[in-house]
Amino acid sequence: MDRHGDYLFRYAMLRLRDRSAAEDLVQETFLAALKDRISFSGNSSEATWLVGILKHKIADHFRHQAREAPLEDADLREQPDPSVFNVSGHWTSGPTDWGGNPADLYREKKFLDQLTKCLSGLSPNHANAFTLREIEGEDTGEICKVLNVSETNLWVILHRARMQLRRCLEIHWFNKSTEEGS
Amino acid sequence: MLSCRDVTQLISESMDTSLPIGKRIGVRFHLLMCKFCARYERQLLLIRETVRRFMATEEKPGGAPGETLSEEARERIKKSLRNP
Repeated sequence: MDRHGDYLFRYAMLRLRDRSAAEDLVQETFLAALKDRISFSGNSSEATWLVGILKHKIADHFRHQAREAPLEDADLREQPDPSVFNVSGHWTSGPTDWGGNPADLYREKKFLDQLTKCLSGLSPNHANAFTLREIEGEDTGEICKVLNVSETNLWVILHRARMQLRRCLEIHWFNKSTEEGS
Repeated sequence: MLSCRDVTQLISESMDTSLPIGKRIGVRFHLLMCKFCARYERQLLLIRETVRRFMATEEKPGGAPGETLSEEARERIKKSLRNP
């Protein structure tokens, strides 16, 4: 517990974006591990084994959220912000230049914090779909099962999640840092 | 002729599945001419790449220090493990 607690907590926080839910799942993970310690083979490291259990708990949590708040037609039809495109489908104001060399962005812990904040601004199903796809690296078939949506709907959900997230990062990270730099 | 609205959806789709050849050509052709959509694609790929690199380098046991369990949660979990 002392050795892996914080690691599991960070792992859960990045995916759930909710402190008390993350704490609960860490607790459940340790309890399940204690109950099932016979199955720990020692082939994998203890941390890997615990993360495996936690991953299942996280997927269950997403499944539960999807059941509680199923997607409505409107979630799939309209753009979150219809003013992004004009009537003929062209950008009203396109993405801005993010400048510089953002290849080292992953070293900036604060960028990840901002990304998590932006994800929290999406509706739970959109944020969860993005998390499963881009953070967990799941394939779309698996995500459809967890969120209980068709593949076509998932593509729309992911599209909208990416569009909103990109926009949020542009406003709160990229445009902000150019202002500060000037 | 694909609009920017269509192309942004297809860019996202192409990150999850492989597009049929006709659509793929349509998107590539559009991106040659539309700097906003080309930029949009670069930025989505940058976000993906950044998340992946972060997961590969930072997120390991004993990795980058960050948020920790609160003392309260720690005690609660320990207690629950003693009396499961």
